[in-house]
Amino acid sequence: MEEGKINVKCQVVIIGGSAGSLEVLLQLLPNLNTLNSFALVIVLHRKSGEDNLLENLIRLKTKVPVQDVDDKTPLEPGNIYIAPSDYHLLFEKDHTLSLDTSEKVNYSRPSIDVAFESAAEIYERTLVAILLSGANADGTKGLEIVKKSGGITVVQKPASAEVPFMPVNAIANMQPDYVLDINEILKFVTNINL
Amino acid sequence: MISDRELEVLINEVFEYYGYDFSGYSRASLKRRVDRLYQIDGFTYFSDLLSKVRSEPGYVKHLVEEVTVNVTEMFRDPLFYKVVREEILPVLATKPFIRIWHAGCSTGEEVYSMAILLKEANLLHKSLLYATDINAIVLDTAKKGVFPLRMMKQYSENYMISGGKNDFSDYYTANYGLAKFSDEFTGKMVFSQHNLVSDGSFNEFDLIMCRNVLIYFDKNLQDRALQLFDNSLAFLGYLALGTKETIKFSTVQDRFQQLNREKIWKKVK
Ligand SMILES: C[S@@+](CC[C@H](N)C(=O)[O-])C[C@H]1O[C@@H](n2cnc3c(N)ncnc32)[C@H](O)[C@@H]1O
Repeated sequence: MEEGKINVKCQVVIIGGSAGSLEVLLQLLPNLNTLNSFALVIVLHRKSGEDNLLENLIRLKTKVPVQDVDDKTPLEPGNIYIAPSDYHLLFEKDHTLSLDTSEKVNYSRPSIDVAFESAAEIYERTLVAILLSGANADGTKGLEIVKKSGGITVVQKPASAEVPFMPVNAIANMQPDYVLDINEILKFVTNINL
Repeated sequence: MISDRELEVLINEVFEYYGYDFSGYSRASLKRRVDRLYQIDGFTYFSDLLSKVRSEPGYVKHLVEEVTVNVTEMFRDPLFYKVVREEILPVLATKPFIRIWHAGCSTGEEVYSMAILLKEANLLHKSLLYATDINAIVLDTAKKGVFPLRMMKQYSENYMISGGKNDFSDYYTANYGLAKFSDEFTGKMVFSQHNLVSDGSFNEFDLIMCRNVLIYFDKNLQDRALQLFDNSLAFLGYLALGTKETIKFSTVQDRFQQLNREKIWKKVK
C-alpha cells in the first residue's frame, strides 16, 4: 500500500459498480476465501423492485457469508453486505447500515456517490473504495470524498472494464490511489490488513 | 457540509423553539437532508441557518418539509400489495368495520392504493383510512387526491403486478397533466398531522401501515414508535412495515407473529 497510508487497519471495503460490474464480482468473489477483519459492502446499480436475485447469485459464488441488509443491520468484519434496490445505503457511527428512499442521485438508487460519501464520513482512513465498470458518472464524486477523508481509492483499469465510462470518468476527474485490472484488484483485496 | 456539532445545535434549537424533536433520527440521513436544505436555501454560514430558525417562525414548516423524505409512489412494492389483497383483506372482511392507519403517509399515494384494494374487495364502504404525517404540506396534497398524470403508467403497471384486474385509468380523471382520484376514495379518508415522536395513540386499528418511515429513526425511536403501534392495534390486527424494516430486536417482537416473507406482522398478544 501507499506510503503514509500504511499501518491503518482497514475496516470497510466498499465496491461500487454498474453495467459490467457483476461479471467482475463473479470473477473476484470465488477467489476470496475470507475477509481479513474488514466488512465488504457492494453497491451495484440494480433494477428497481428486484428481489433477492443478486444476493442469491453472489451467495452461490463465495464462501464468505453474505448478510441480508435490512435497515440498521450491523456491519461486522468478515461479512459481505449488498445494498438493496430502491434505497440509498448510508453508514452510521454505531457501525450499522441505514437505508434511505430519498431522491435518486445520478439517476440511481442506490447511488454509489451517496454510499461512498457516507462511508467516508464514518470510516475515513480505514475505508477502501473500489469503483468498477459502468456507463454512468456515479462514483467519481464519492471517490474524491473518500480520498479527501484519508481513505484509499481504487479504480478498475478501463481497458479491463466491459463498460469503461465509469472508471474513465473517475480517472479524468480525480487521482485514484490505484488503477488496477481484475487480477490486481483480487490481489489488492486479498492483501488488505496483512 | 455542516459538522456533527452544528447538526446537534440545530436539532436542539428546532426542539426548543418549535417542539419538533429530531434527536432520535438516524444521523446519516438527517445530515444529508440538512446539507441539502443548506444548499437549497443558499446559506453560507451555519449561523445564518440558525438565526433563520430563531427569527422566522414560518421557516420551521419549510425545514420539516425539506428535512423529512417524502418520496413515495402508488402500489410501491407491488408484491406487498398482492399479499395485502390476498391474505389480509379476506381476514379483515369478516369485521363489521375496518380501521386502517397509514402512519407517515406522505402525499397519500399509499392511502389511495389501499382504498383501491378495499374497493375491489368490496370493503371500502365499511372502511375508514386514517392518514397521518408530521409534515402538514404533504397532507394538503394527499387530501386533494391529485397526482401527476405522467406517473400513471408506472402506477398502472404496479397495480397490475399487485393483482389488479381492472383498467387502472377508471379510478381517476385526467386533466391538464394531473390525475384526480375519485371522491369516493377521499370520502373514506381522514387526514391529520401526527408526530410519531411526540403524539400518542388515538384509536384502535385493524391494520397499521408504516412503510419507509422507521428507516429515518434510530433504534431507540423505532422501538418507541413500535410500542405506539402495539398500543394502537386491536388483538390479531396487522402491522405492515417497509420491505427493509423489521421489528426483530425490538421490545414488541414477541407480541407479534410474522406472516411470511413480506414485512407484515400479526399481533398475537
Ligand atoms: C419516505 S415517506 C414514506 C411514504 C409511504 N409510507 C411509502 O412507503 O411510500 C416517509 C414519510 O414519513 C414522514 N415522517 C417522518 N418523520 C415522521 C414523524 N416523526 N411522524 C410522522 N411522520 C413522519 C415524512 O414526513 C414522510 O412523509
